[in-house]
Amino acid sequence: MSSVSIRNLDLSFGAVDVLKNLNLEIAEGEFLVLLGSSGCGKSTLLNCIAGLIDVSGGQIHISGRNVTWEEPSDRGIGMVFQSYALYPQMTVEGNLSFGLKNQRMPKDQIAQRVARAAEILQIEPLLKRKPGALSGGQRQRVAIGRALVREADVFLFDEPLSNLDAKLRTDLRVELKALHKQLKNTMIYVTHDQVEAMTLADRIAIMRDGKIQQLDTPSVIYGKPRNKYVADFIGSPSMNFFEGDLSAEAGSCVFEGPDFTLPLTSYEFETPQIGRRKAWLGLRPEHIVTGEAAAAADLSADTIVDIVEPMGSDTLVWVNFGGKPIRVRTDGQSDLEPGDTLRIGLQSARASIFDHQSEDRL
Amino acid sequence: MTTTSQDDARAARRPIRLFRNPMAKIASIPMILTALVVFVGGTAWTVVYSFTDSRLLPRLNFVGLDQYERLWSTRRWLISIENLAIYGICSLILTLLIGFTLAAMLDRKIRGEAVFRSIFLYPFALSFVVTGLAWQWILNPDFGLQEVVRRMGWEGFTFDPLNNPDIVMFGLLIAGLWQGTGLIMCIMLAGLRGIDEDIWKAAKVDGIGTVKTYVRIIIPMMRPVFITALVLIASGIIKLYDLVVAQTNGGPGIASEVPAKYVINYMFRAQNLGQGFAASTMMLVSVIIILVPWAYLEFGGKKRD
Amino acid sequence: MTDQSVIEPSGSKPSKRFSRGNIILYGTLIVVSMYYLLPLYVMIVTSLKGMPEIRLGNVFAPPIEITFEPWVRAWAEACTGINCDGLSRGFWNSVNILIPSVVLSIAIASVNGYALAHWKFKGSETFFTILIIGAFIPYQTMLYPIVILLREIGLMGDLAGLVLVHTVFGMPILTLLFRNYFTSIPEELFKAARVDGAGFWGIYFRIMLPMALPIFVVAIILQVTGIWNDFLFGVIYTKPETYPMTVQLNNIVNSVQGVKEYNVNMAATLLTGLVPLIIYFISGKLFVRGIAAGAVKG
Repeated sequence: MSSVSIRNLDLSFGAVDVLKNLNLEIAEGEFLVLLGSSGCGKSTLLNCIAGLIDVSGGQIHISGRNVTWEEPSDRGIGMVFQSYALYPQMTVEGNLSFGLKNQRMPKDQIAQRVARAAEILQIEPLLKRKPGALSGGQRQRVAIGRALVREADVFLFDEPLSNLDAKLRTDLRVELKALHKQLKNTMIYVTHDQVEAMTLADRIAIMRDGKIQQLDTPSVIYGKPRNKYVADFIGSPSMNFFEGDLSAEAGSCVFEGPDFTLPLTSYEFETPQIGRRKAWLGLRPEHIVTGEAAAAADLSADTIVDIVEPMGSDTLVWVNFGGKPIRVRTDGQSDLEPGDTLRIGLQSARASIFDHQSEDRL
Repeated sequence: MTTTSQDDARAARRPIRLFRNPMAKIASIPMILTALVVFVGGTAWTVVYSFTDSRLLPRLNFVGLDQYERLWSTRRWLISIENLAIYGICSLILTLLIGFTLAAMLDRKIRGEAVFRSIFLYPFALSFVVTGLAWQWILNPDFGLQEVVRRMGWEGFTFDPLNNPDIVMFGLLIAGLWQGTGLIMCIMLAGLRGIDEDIWKAAKVDGIGTVKTYVRIIIPMMRPVFITALVLIASGIIKLYDLVVAQTNGGPGIASEVPAKYVINYMFRAQNLGQGFAASTMMLVSVIIILVPWAYLEFGGKKRD
Repeated sequence: MTDQSVIEPSGSKPSKRFSRGNIILYGTLIVVSMYYLLPLYVMIVTSLKGMPEIRLGNVFAPPIEITFEPWVRAWAEACTGINCDGLSRGFWNSVNILIPSVVLSIAIASVNGYALAHWKFKGSETFFTILIIGAFIPYQTMLYPIVILLREIGLMGDLAGLVLVHTVFGMPILTLLFRNYFTSIPEELFKAARVDGAGFWGIYFRIMLPMALPIFVVAIILQVTGIWNDFLFGVIYTKPETYPMTVQLNNIVNSVQGVKEYNVNMAATLLTGLVPLIIYFISGKLFVRGIAAGAVKG
């Protein structure tokens, strides 16, 4: 049985449709990340699940119960917010116990739960302090603790790490993953950061304009994006695209680009019947091989280096190919300079082909 | 499975909208009553009864525009309107001018800014009654300003606005400006403080003088502040009542009568309710004439952006 | 270039304290300050003089012989019509009007502001818009209907009636003040409290109220000065026995009977202005914030 089930969810504000006939099944203990750029409806969906926004249509079930019209506190959820949303006038202990007091839970039981959450999150020394006296990372720990004491079935995270600086964000990300492993709750996590999504998620739902574009494991989303939007969104630096024509000749398929032809000998088509049509070819910068490996690729070509961006761990090289500058990722010790000639190799096995019109994967 | 989902469906039927979050609605009842009963209801009631011949008690005997015809042929009303126009125009111009000048002076990074600001603003804490009585005393012809100047040697010096029908409105104006300019100065000062320091640096680099920078750059940038100030001053002018009652009580004769006083006299003293209602409706109309263009500039303009 | 910057401090030279421009600037400010201070000064010196000294003439001269008798007489003996028990009655009336009015108006308006900021419902914005427009409607158009309403509920002429009137007319600006403040409180805090199971009143009392103390101080300053200084509502909705201080003051000073005692009048005027003046000087910056917020009240 799934832990959270969203059925035909609609949400509109006036004439604006924010969520459109959205369906989503989340398994028990799953870590699901809702990923998308701002305004895609991911936070709104999370707020609907929490009961903080009234839906216009459809149903939300949590742990097998229809909670579409229940109060947020009755849904068996805990929630962590981007701005921490700690009650400034209460101590850390007060923040953790506020929800339990509202449930009229006996005092000794509250103390027990607070102590346990504080232990898990290692915030025991902070219990008597007020949020104002805490650092950003400590505040976010307390915010997670507030969800933890509720012993909820489902945890909702609304961009919980966005307000932290880069180093702390990485640390807390790892801690969150460990926490999930320990607690085994269902977690729904909203973010616009693809690194967080890729590292944390069991499955990622990529959203755009109130619709889920693709729902799959991180590796499938990265390797086999459903459409051009997903392909472009995931991956940094992002994918190179070429406009061209697909043609099937004597059983073998080729992509005819602006001034190259890539034989798609090892490309796995989703649809078996591919006629001649306009299409997009997508190649990730890290999937373009250079040097000796290029010779063994489906297509190899000499290109002129335009710009070199050393990034430490690897080097991003802009070369001219197919009539435009494209990104190629090479190793960090590259001594390439603008004007040099670089041999690159394109492999059909790791490419993505999208229909030109629908932009869906072929 | 099927039975539970049916139960679920019943339990989770969409609640009636009116009863969702009922506390918020119950708590808003005083606001709703005030808005609908007092503000909308009260105003509409007065407008409707201004077309009746109500005298001591309100009654629904409609007489068309009779009350308005009588109003506009009453000398006292015409004087009230004329007085308000004189007072209003002078007050509007002088308050803006003094308020802005004072604010600009305080904005020149001077010492003791807080002291000067406190001095300019404290009269605003005082009521119009206190203001009116204080200035009535200062302008007293036998003991006040006029007498002091005469004793200093200018025997012929005459400044007795409170007993001279021609200039009585200026006597009120002196007191009104004293009470109200501090507020406008405060608003202007806040506006000036909101202007980016870099504007001044840029003007300096371009070699533009201080006064020219104010006139050409700063004032146009402060348009919204000026509009707010304008609305504040204007709505204050129309309500002008307490000051007149305290300082001159409409005298000498009826030389310093104002519309608000006319309304209250007819409603509560002369027991001619219809006249009072018609006069107050005219006040409402004048507010609408002032506010509609402002609302259009303020809110209509925003939508276009 | 580099040598010069070592010798001279960078940035613009500090302007000389007594440049010509500065003398004009400070000179003007001091002269203008005198205009603003003059009435207060005249009131104080007049209230400390005896009547013979006043008849001698100069309102600006400091008192030769300081006497507090006018203050005592203003407080305890000044006459309005046949009553000669001084301003003290008006003072206590004003206190009796002030306290419940301030409490009730702020209680209602803060709940309004909270509901408008966090519990929007269909029509709530419309009612708010009407409320704000209401702040600009001349009071004169609503005066008589309120007389009828108060008569209907039996509070005409009663202090409770005036309290209601102050609550109603204070509502637009206070509601705006509180709505803007509560809107500035992060919505996530409100959401977190809802997830924690707090309801409308729970969130108001436990979360919002403790965070809103500064704005409550601003609202109190605004209402105390506004209600204390009110004249119009006091004169219309109360009876002579329950007249607030401003109305009684006006009746004492502008009374046509008897000899004018200017010193007593000025002492009475100062007494009436004392409450808002004290609030002004204690509250300082908060007062500025309060009036800037309440300025639309006009």
